[in-house]
Amino acid sequence: MAPTKSTDKPEASFPVGCPVPITNQDFVTLAHGGGGRMMHNLIDRIVIPAFGNQPLESRHDGAVMRIDKGRLAFTTDSYVVHPLFFPGGDIGTLAVTGTVNDLAMCGARPLCLSAGLILEEGLPMATLERVVASMALTAKAAKVDIVTGDTKVVDRGKGDGLFVNTAGIGIIEHDLAIAPTSVRPGDAILLSGDVGRHGVAIMAVREGLQFETTLETDCAPLAEPVLALLGAGIEVHCLRDLTRGGLATTLIEIAESSRLHLGVSERDITIEEDVCGACEILGLDPLYLANEGRFVAFVPPAQADRALQVLRLHSVSATAVRIGAVSESPAALVTLHSRIGTKRILDMHSGEQLPRIC
Amino acid sequence: MKFVDEYRDQAKAEDLAQAIARIATKPWSIMEVCGGQTHSIVKYGIDELLPEHITLLHGPGCPVCVTPLELIDKALLIAARPEVIFCSFGDMLRVPGSGGDLFSVKAKGADVRIVYSPLEALKIARDNPRQEVVFFAVGFETTAPANAMAVFQAHAQKLPNFSVLVSHVLVPPAIAAILSAPDNRTQGFLAAGHVCTVMGFEEYLPLAQTFHVPIVVTGFEPVDILQGILMCVEQLEQGRAEVENQYARSVQRKGNRPAQELMSKVFRVVARKWRGVGEIPNSGFGLRDAFAAYDAETRFGVTGYHVDEDSECIAGQVLRGVKKPQECPAFGTRCTPERPLGATMVSSEGACAAYYQYRRHEQTSLAAGRRS
Amino acid sequence: MCLAVPGKILDVNGSETTRTGTVSFGGVSKEACLAFVPEAKVGDYVLVHAGFAISVVDEAEAAQTLEYFRQMGELRELEGKP
Repeated sequence: MAPTKSTDKPEASFPVGCPVPITNQDFVTLAHGGGGRMMHNLIDRIVIPAFGNQPLESRHDGAVMRIDKGRLAFTTDSYVVHPLFFPGGDIGTLAVTGTVNDLAMCGARPLCLSAGLILEEGLPMATLERVVASMALTAKAAKVDIVTGDTKVVDRGKGDGLFVNTAGIGIIEHDLAIAPTSVRPGDAILLSGDVGRHGVAIMAVREGLQFETTLETDCAPLAEPVLALLGAGIEVHCLRDLTRGGLATTLIEIAESSRLHLGVSERDITIEEDVCGACEILGLDPLYLANEGRFVAFVPPAQADRALQVLRLHSVSATAVRIGAVSESPAALVTLHSRIGTKRILDMHSGEQLPRIC
Repeated sequence: MKFVDEYRDQAKAEDLAQAIARIATKPWSIMEVCGGQTHSIVKYGIDELLPEHITLLHGPGCPVCVTPLELIDKALLIAARPEVIFCSFGDMLRVPGSGGDLFSVKAKGADVRIVYSPLEALKIARDNPRQEVVFFAVGFETTAPANAMAVFQAHAQKLPNFSVLVSHVLVPPAIAAILSAPDNRTQGFLAAGHVCTVMGFEEYLPLAQTFHVPIVVTGFEPVDILQGILMCVEQLEQGRAEVENQYARSVQRKGNRPAQELMSKVFRVVARKWRGVGEIPNSGFGLRDAFAAYDAETRFGVTGYHVDEDSECIAGQVLRGVKKPQECPAFGTRCTPERPLGATMVSSEGACAAYYQYRRHEQTSLAAGRRS
Repeated sequence: MCLAVPGKILDVNGSETTRTGTVSFGGVSKEACLAFVPEAKVGDYVLVHAGFAISVVDEAEAAQTLEYFRQMGELRELEGKP
């Protein structure tokens, strides 16, 4: 962010000698992205107080931090979810959690985040405040600071309300190479909890599909259980959080990258009753639904029990279970052992799963 | 979930599979008519549980798959109009027309919305009085009552901005067409349980008699399907050709009378073209004159449109159970779910898509198994 | 045609063609039109397709089918099959 020479109080309601009144605006306008007084007021009034940290408050072009020698993890993601608010969370919650979790999946301790906001002209200021507050709260819970960022405003009709990009840096405090290429035949496949909740929570508020449920998104930061696994000396071979495409897609990606075979049992995968009900009426497969607070871990078989013990001490992975194992062949495929005792190969869906009646 | 989980039980499935193996002394080919049954069979690997000499054929029970190409094209034309909000079940969004699908029309700026029920399309019409709301009324008899009610309520509420693009098809004429074809291989049928929930099963009695085939009204869960197959094989072994009801918890002989009454108020039986099969007389529903004002084809002037199918696509033969998806030269290469040549590859109920998703690796894995 | 799911009626409103009810499917509830099942009441299970109840689940028939399965299972055990 550019430095400001402002001596005005951020909460000033009336200008002195300026033809355009800088009132407490209810809506984002193009002027808020113009680089002038209104943009600075927006950042000073809404963004900086919410994220409140020293690098951000210095209002420099970038944040500078000191780190020890070692390896860094670096990741970025953009968030365009619609609607902006859904049961249990919003785009802000996702934007922080998603990037924190990607760092965690590298086995890194999340250090700091950047946040780029693209606002559509006409976005209610109250919406922006709510999202920023969510981001601040989520960052605090995940023990990261948002130390730098950017704000832009686009013409009405060009932005779907609000887009967020977050990038993150984490410190790697171990020597393991956590990646699909480290997966070995015999590895146990662990799943941190039940699946499908986020996907159903979003569906519940989409127009044309509304239904009543007390289900909320499973969106949650995952760094703690991962760091606990590493701290307990578990030789973690691979981690992956589930996100879009669900458990099935994640497993397929890992099978294809590692060129190994993954066998999992339907019986061991927990799906909450609400999620089952929603999937039945919309004709969706919960194994392909999005999650925002679940991950799979690949560990040596001898350490599987201990790993589960460690995971179950953390609320976000309290119901962690072993769902299957890795073998050599058939290579690059995932086999699901169904609840009626038959087998099928899991394949990726070509696009987003759509509700069906047929 | 009650009335669902009990029918996905492994022990029951195994008992039924073993019973089938015990009584099947000869090879038999049985067709399931409904796409939902195809989906279940492939998802749960039911044919894995059957003895080798029982063959399951997948019939034209996917209304999405059999919607004629020109009707998809009409839908695309209507949806592209700026004053239209086009509402559809999710199933139809990716079915390819001559140049694109509803998804691509949406990407170009059309207002295309997925709804779970036609009543939601009605609500959209009420909420958007200055837009024309068109609902894609696709389906077998199962969905006809719902679509009839939407039109009936639009009429009662005098909604001027609502219309339906109708593509309803009926099961019994399709079964007759399949059995009459000279290359027919089907010896017994599993009739569609939810179609029969609405229509009852009396209209299958003359079919069973005329063509001497057993017809078992069957549900959708793996245990239902296995029991339906058992009942069908029993009949075949005993040389009987009767209509039996496996899905008695949902289907009654005469079906749902209030639903049938409303359907006959709103719809009349017409000839319909089935994609990949051709025109079958008296095989579909069209709006009655009293409700003709709600016909979207007339309202938007897209009647009298004709289009030819892709010549490489063998969906018609797949739909009649004459060929299996893997026997198509384009399967998995020139024809995939991402770039489908025909509707059977698009709809998740279509035999080709189901095989692609669940089965195409079988050859690979079998080969790998033999090598390792 | 196909996707119809059994759910339990929690409440009923309206009458005849505008008769609707809240139906619960394993904890998730959605409104469904009950115009085609005039005999259905609170507590009944109905089969719902595209927002419409198309039949009332015949619990006696369901129980009979499950009893048949149970007997099949017992018979297999008696015959010493695995």
